[in-house]
Amino acid sequence: MSNGVTRAWRGIASLACLHFAISIAAADTIYVSNEKDNTITVIDGASLEPVKTIPVGQRPRGIVLSKDEKSLYICASDSDHIEVLDLATDKVVRTLPSGADPEYFALDPTGKLLYVANEDDSLVTIVDIDRGAVVTEIPVGVEPEGMGISPDGKYLVNTSETTNMAHVIDTAKREVVANILVDSRPRRAVWTADGAQFWVSAEIGGTVSVVDADKREIVKRITFAVPGVPTEAIQPVGIAITRDRKLAFVALGPANRVAVVDAQSYEVLRHLLVGQRVWSLAFNPDQSRIYTTNGVSNDISVIDVGSLKVIKSVPVGQSPWGVVSRP
Amino acid sequence: MSLVTAAPRRMPLTPSLSPQAGRGRDARSGRVRGRFLLALLVAVTGMPAAEVYAAGQTVQIGWLSQAVKRTLPLSYLDQPPQDEGVQGARLGIADDNTTGHFTDQSFELDERVAPEDGDIAAAFRDLAAKGTRLVVTDLTAPELLAVASLSEATTATIFDTGASEDRLRGEDCRANLLHLLPSRAMLADALVQYLVAKRWSNLLLVVGHGAGDQEFAGDIRHAAQKFQAHIVQEKPWTFVPGAKRTDTGHFAIQAEVARFTQGISYDVLVVADEDDEFGDDLSYRTFDPRPVAGTQSLVPSAWARPHEQWGATQLQARFLRQAKRWMTDRDYAAWMAVRAIGEAATRSKSTDPAAISAFLRSDHFELAAYKGARLSFRSWDGQLRQPILLADARSLVSVSPQPGFLHQFSELDTLGIDKPETKCRMG
Repeated sequence: MSNGVTRAWRGIASLACLHFAISIAAADTIYVSNEKDNTITVIDGASLEPVKTIPVGQRPRGIVLSKDEKSLYICASDSDHIEVLDLATDKVVRTLPSGADPEYFALDPTGKLLYVANEDDSLVTIVDIDRGAVVTEIPVGVEPEGMGISPDGKYLVNTSETTNMAHVIDTAKREVVANILVDSRPRRAVWTADGAQFWVSAEIGGTVSVVDADKREIVKRITFAVPGVPTEAIQPVGIAITRDRKLAFVALGPANRVAVVDAQSYEVLRHLLVGQRVWSLAFNPDQSRIYTTNGVSNDISVIDVGSLKVIKSVPVGQSPWGVVSRP
Repeated sequence: MSLVTAAPRRMPLTPSLSPQAGRGRDARSGRVRGRFLLALLVAVTGMPAAEVYAAGQTVQIGWLSQAVKRTLPLSYLDQPPQDEGVQGARLGIADDNTTGHFTDQSFELDERVAPEDGDIAAAFRDLAAKGTRLVVTDLTAPELLAVASLSEATTATIFDTGASEDRLRGEDCRANLLHLLPSRAMLADALVQYLVAKRWSNLLLVVGHGAGDQEFAGDIRHAAQKFQAHIVQEKPWTFVPGAKRTDTGHFAIQAEVARFTQGISYDVLVVADEDDEFGDDLSYRTFDPRPVAGTQSLVPSAWARPHEQWGATQLQARFLRQAKRWMTDRDYAAWMAVRAIGEAATRSKSTDPAAISAFLRSDHFELAAYKGARLSFRSWDGQLRQPILLADARSLVSVSPQPGFLHQFSELDTLGIDKPETKCRMG
């Protein structure tokens, strides 16, 4: 082999390496909690293939990344604590107290506190992550579930599934300052990036309430109708709103659809067919994709936000619940 | 339409506890926590909790039942609990009051349990004299009708959580009655829909001697006609075995069931035996290998122990913690009755019984009750429309209405007596 050919090959090889390195840098890693088999599935965002299954505590449901994105906090509901998964070693390195039956939680913007919904106890528990201690508990309605913290960290919105309210909690005073009655069985409370609104899904009511955060009033109730799907099957749960507040995505549960909503006019633009009983939603870091957990078909669907098309489904564990994406 | 309530009275926060001290779910029951909060409330405000809410903001709910001697079921594994029903009502009150913290409404249950030969009417009159207009009852159909017909009951709303007779929703309906348990017709429809969906449409119907058994059998016949199943034969069960639980007692029953089912061509044996006299003795003993469904084995019901979908795990856990036993149909019906009252009070922003009753019957009312659907009351007979669970002792098999049974308004109305066929004429 001549030197010239060797040089050319080296050049191609290094170009290929460079390209490979770029695609790795752009790709995300997806973490999915599997409620029924006590594991976290790790999916490579570039290939969209599952690469690892990590055993964790019992009944993992809500998951959230730490502020430095080096750890994953996991609500281990039946273990009655929160686990800290180190994402370098993929091992649970710490547990945090959470109160009984933690289902879902929110990380405050400083990354120091977790606000935990204790579904069995009608409480929101505030946990100091560094100290590994409960700071206080705030009584809320029956079966607290959704937890949404405002972008400035000043307000926490908690929903209670059987009380049918969104409770606005002042995080400085650590008390409930307003209660907004929404439709039956509210699940998630998600803030817009500008902090002007929060959106609350009602699973049995079949609606999403858009709440003006200053006035604490419902400004719009979004309803959904999917041709050929009984209205009882339309059960909104997960909500994801783009940073520019142009589009919102709403998971419709056993209707097996994700609704795409114009977040300015509140018009429902279309419904995307995904897996069975679609539940939680998460954007990838640049918001070009949405991942959905599908609780009955045991997979996640990948939605391309630009084309509004479902591009892939990826098998995960049993009863996938939460999903996050890490750069 | 939105309700923004004022910030509630500053609520005492439980002091922070060390993470190790009694954080387990069993270590601190809701009741203990409730007492703790109550004690703090008293300590902070210096007054008993009952006075914290303004008078007139309390919803008085009556509970009326009669102590009855239940027949012992065939299996000694499940003895009828003494506090059936009322435990569900108590849990409903606890749930309503948690919500009431945020709306300044409170809910109280006034429990009246008449002795076996006691005067139900007098107990009802006593509640009425105290101004109680919302009364949850666990009574037999004749007692219920007697109470509903009292002059004191004309302005009351009675929540029936104990009787599943079709006639209470039909020819004997009353304008002041709401029914939380499914009617027998709804149960039969739910079961036959599933059997037809499975294409197990040839039924052998075996019927006990009770009046309820006869009515359920009639409902199965009606459902078979409606959903195109076929009853190949209907046989009364008359065999009275001797001491079947004594040693070798199983031989006689095994031989009898084989004889009883021999020479009949069918897909499923449907049994009507509400008092648990023989129904559990049929499975595995038929001449041909055939499944059993109806009042035993695969059972259509409002609630079932194996049910854990749509958040039901939470209700099962709350009930177990409070009552130290599993929730039954009647507990669930009573819980729904009290929750329905609470929900109507929250939504109508009123503690006035008349306003609550009007809201319950309006198009705006919907109840979430862990079965994945919006529940509401049928305008034509006061029956709560609801999905029906199909379960055996250990697993949830299905939930009706089955996919494909369509209805022009609500698929839940494919179960039971629909508006065009109702015999109920109120008022």
